[in-house]
Amino acid sequence: MFGKAKALLAGLTTLVLLAPSLALAAGGGGAPIVIVADSRKLTGVMAWWANLYNESHLYFTIMTIILIPLIGVIFGVLADVVMHFIGIDLKSRELAEH
Amino acid sequence: MDWLYILMPIAGVKIFWPGLIILGIGVGVIGGFFGMGGAWMVTPGLNILGFPMAFAIGTDIAHMAGKSLISTMRHGKFGNVDYKLGFIMLFGTIAGFEVGAQMIMWLEKIGAVDKVVRWIYMGLLALIAWMVFADVAKRRAKEKAALAAGGKVDKLATGIEWHKTLHKIKIPPMVHLNVAGIYCSAWLPIIVSFFTGWLAGILGIGGGLIRMPSLIYLVGCPTHVAVGTDLFEVMISGLYGAGSYTYKGRVELVAAIIMLVGAAMGAQVGAVATKYIKGYGIRVAFGLAVIGCFISVFLKLLPNYVPSLNKICDVIATYMILGLVSALAIYITVKMVQGAKAELAMKKAKAAS
Repeated sequence: MFGKAKALLAGLTTLVLLAPSLALAAGGGGAPIVIVADSRKLTGVMAWWANLYNESHLYFTIMTIILIPLIGVIFGVLADVVMHFIGIDLKSRELAEH
Repeated sequence: MDWLYILMPIAGVKIFWPGLIILGIGVGVIGGFFGMGGAWMVTPGLNILGFPMAFAIGTDIAHMAGKSLISTMRHGKFGNVDYKLGFIMLFGTIAGFEVGAQMIMWLEKIGAVDKVVRWIYMGLLALIAWMVFADVAKRRAKEKAALAAGGKVDKLATGIEWHKTLHKIKIPPMVHLNVAGIYCSAWLPIIVSFFTGWLAGILGIGGGLIRMPSLIYLVGCPTHVAVGTDLFEVMISGLYGAGSYTYKGRVELVAAIIMLVGAAMGAQVGAVATKYIKGYGIRVAFGLAVIGCFISVFLKLLPNYVPSLNKICDVIATYMILGLVSALAIYITVKMVQGAKAELAMKKAKAAS
């Protein structure tokens, strides 16, 4: 059982390590255009965000990858709480095709 | 009314932010219900709101990752996600997608790739629409025959049953997919996912539109499990896509977050609606969405042959897609509200007795 889990973990790690290069290869046909954010009109968080984008796409990407699921979960859970409060059963459903 | 507009820090354009939330809710509901990302609906919507095309695609993929995560969580709680099947298919999907993407780069060198891709896309959509409605007709015929014989058709019975033939192929290793209730060769989901991944790579789409019917008709999943498992795949490919597009500087995260506010809640509504709408109701609505997608691709293709129709086709395609998104989202939401009301009334009656 432990061996199987180990093999699965190794497979997944390989997949995770290989996948970005695969994904980049998939989008490799585009023209190498560099877009620079104009931060002169921005203030506060927006200016910080635009500067982060200009300074390092890598940090910007890491932030995006963290923020997207986090915000999705926060608002999704919020909707969950509202539906639960209304009284909808969110744990079971009948499986039927017709 | 300046407060209704927000300056996008990366793209540098002012966008009507309530429009982003409305679009997010609409595609969230549809995505959670059908198990697809819905890039064919979001990209033109973002374009109308004023996004340059380069940002529209990346922003769509970024919001899709968050939206499908929350839908997968919800479907997972309902028992609609076969994680084992999802992981098996992941390998085929990634390999197939890469082969498709490399093939499209090779086709680009030859030229006229756009037209070829759109014709393949249309052929595929026509096939899926035919499959869905032929399946519905067969299922109805079975029901009628059973009624005439004085019996009742099994509640999990389906019209088209190609998967039964495919399950007879016993090439080892064999796998039990407990959530989907399938025992088949592991090669079946791998080959199906490779094929759907390859098509998605060639067509430049997420693949939910192809994978969902393939899970039903080729692998043999019940509709609800197909929706949930497909969303699991969309979530992972969405995260990879979001990373890849962000690294290339093509994601407007502020817009993606605003959309996600609506989409995360809409996705919950769509996912919960599958509780109240039976499998064949989902299949029919999915068939209608496929027809809508087919017409919009056709309208994009037509100006290649009649250039004077370019503008009018563009306008019709855009309004048609947005109209379809609104109609489907309203239909699903109404069904969800009706179902929830009935459930609450039943609970009350039970408590009273």
